[in-house]
Amino acid sequence: MATMVQAIRMALHVGEERLGVTDILGEDVGPPLGGVFTATQGLRTAWNTPLDERGIIGAAMGLALAGQRPIAEIQFCDYVYNTIDLLKLAGGMCWSSNGDFNCPMVMMTPVGSGIHGSLYHSHSFDATATHLPGWKIVMPATPRDAYGLMLSAIVDPNPVMFLAPKALMRVKSLPGEEIPGEPGDDKQLAKMIDAPLGDRSAWRPSWPDTPDLFIPFGEAKIVRAGETVTVVTYGRMVMECAKAADELRAEGITAEVIDLRSLHPVDWATIKKSVQKTNRVLYVNEETEVTNFGEHLIRRTVDELFYELHAPPRLLAGAFVPYVGLAPSLESASVPQRAGIVQAIRELAKHRP
Amino acid sequence: MNTSPIHHATNGVDAHLAPDLLVRMHELMLQTRLLEERLITMIRQGDGYFWIGGPGEEAFNVPLGLLVNKGEGLSHDYLHLHYRSSGTLLALGAEPIDSLRQMKSVKTDPYSGGRNFVGHYSARKWNVVPISSPIEVQFSMAPGTAIAQKRAGGRGITIVQGGDAGTAEGDFATCLIWASRPGNELPLLMIVTNNSYGISTTYGTQHGEPRISDRGKAFGIKTATIDGNDPEVSYRELQKAMEYVRTERRPFLLEAHVSRLYGHSSSSGANFVEDEVDGLARFEARLVERRILSRATLDDMRTRMTAELLAAYQKVREEAPPDPSSIWDHVFATKNVNDGGAR
Ligand SMILES: Cc1ncc(C[n+]2csc(CCOP(=O)(O)OP(=O)(O)O)c2C)c(N)n1
Repeated sequence: MATMVQAIRMALHVGEERLGVTDILGEDVGPPLGGVFTATQGLRTAWNTPLDERGIIGAAMGLALAGQRPIAEIQFCDYVYNTIDLLKLAGGMCWSSNGDFNCPMVMMTPVGSGIHGSLYHSHSFDATATHLPGWKIVMPATPRDAYGLMLSAIVDPNPVMFLAPKALMRVKSLPGEEIPGEPGDDKQLAKMIDAPLGDRSAWRPSWPDTPDLFIPFGEAKIVRAGETVTVVTYGRMVMECAKAADELRAEGITAEVIDLRSLHPVDWATIKKSVQKTNRVLYVNEETEVTNFGEHLIRRTVDELFYELHAPPRLLAGAFVPYVGLAPSLESASVPQRAGIVQAIRELAKHRP
Repeated sequence: MNTSPIHHATNGVDAHLAPDLLVRMHELMLQTRLLEERLITMIRQGDGYFWIGGPGEEAFNVPLGLLVNKGEGLSHDYLHLHYRSSGTLLALGAEPIDSLRQMKSVKTDPYSGGRNFVGHYSARKWNVVPISSPIEVQFSMAPGTAIAQKRAGGRGITIVQGGDAGTAEGDFATCLIWASRPGNELPLLMIVTNNSYGISTTYGTQHGEPRISDRGKAFGIKTATIDGNDPEVSYRELQKAMEYVRTERRPFLLEAHVSRLYGHSSSSGANFVEDEVDGLARFEARLVERRILSRATLDDMRTRMTAELLAAYQKVREEAPPDPSSIWDHVFATKNVNDGGAR
């Protein structure tokens, strides 16, 4: 069973062999390291850039304008902030030129907390990212979704942000969620596509034959079906919400957990249908809570579903403080935890208008 | 005013350029100047919201446009320009009326559909990537097209241009670094058109380096600083620099001293500045002296072009603004047009 990072790597391989990817560029993405999370090991088109995030995004834009298919990695989303005006330009390239040019590039970057990452390896980026029109934004929660969303990102004619939850990079697929063609045995897959420790100069990966499994943007996935409360989430929080829903079954509360998978475009139809059934909704993500994407979804919920709600829509998100602190007590006080999710669902379920 | 030392880099050959070429350069320089003056008149008459452009840079930008290997795709030159590039665009073949359209923010503006300021060109048919207002970002994007061209082989190069003040941005350093990675040097011509001002801040108060071009030297980049107010010098030096970049597939940093004849933009009044070199006037005097053109011919040209621009203005004035609903157009592309729509 592939981990998410292996799934990304296999998707990138398919991208460069069959879907026209020309460049996978970023800090330490080429040999010998193949990325700090190993996402780009053994890839033919991966190359190391100078330590210059603006240069990486700028070069990817130039490559895209010149008919290439670049995938730019920002090593941690914590270091993407000095590129925001370039991201703005990439998202606006088609609009500002009135359709004369488009900007088909993928920006992939690890996001979120959960790896004891301290101040500068725990940031999320989805709130800022979703403020940038012209970008499609995806955030997988499983290896299979990471694989299929990456393939869709590669062939999209627009800039696509692929936000990969840091804490899920080493999490394996669940049974039934394998990528078709991957070997069933973890050790065998590792032997095939993980670079060995030590000298790797002679190593070549042996790629499993995986198909063009495109997961379309804007199609959410119902991770747990339920009737009492709708829980809308993405990324690392999907698993936490699913586990919270499982815990609450014993109390007779069934939460319907929706994994959005893509934020732009967002699958509003699935959210709406579920809320019309449960009449209660909780949005969960780990970004800081002020001007959070969940707030946007609450606004839409109020606009369109106000008279169908039996409880105020809620958002459970990161504390609006500058950083996520390193001590576990600080981190768990800063980003949503399972107990808090359970509590919020329970309160919504019990709320009487 | 340019106070920095100017090195007239020449190859020792002092032969004049062919008269036909001089006449062609002059025609485009004059057309560019008259276009800019028409745009300034439009802003004064309330036919636009903002003017910025390149009067005072014609003697450099026109030769640049004439020397470009124009076309679409990797075998042609990519242009990452800024908002003073009308001379380059006219030399490529752009129609003056289209600049009036962008100034008037009408639907027919071919560069942005009435969305952007004047001088913010986009022309995929000539590899002119969209010009944007943020200073210097083009220097971060240019390595990308140059990487693709290096890989493709051939003689296509990337040209990136910006002002002097903008070189303080990190993007300029980005470009120097990315253009000169050992073993991956890029076919990239970096141009700084130095008018010795930001908006109001003078170069000398912020920069300790006597010449911007010297910054290329630390990276092993070939450099030159030239008098960009002289079209003959500009033509020759650009030709040399481009030939080097085309054949050696390595970067070149060219600094051209130019004038800013109507100030920074309409925000600073757009009034004619008396104390800077007027490259067009100087060139015209030279053409008359060498008996290539007569004063009478020059006057006729000016009268004819002025009338043409007036007629164009009268046409544009009647053209429709963009439809409000068009704000939703092109937020997303439905296919990739940059690779000729292949995918
Ligand atoms: C990043 C950024 N900062 C500030 C501005 C506002 N601004 C517009 S033009 C300009 C001066 C640019 O000077 P220079 O680079 O020398 O080019 P010039 O206009 O003189 O050709 C400034 C500060 C901007 N457009 N972009």
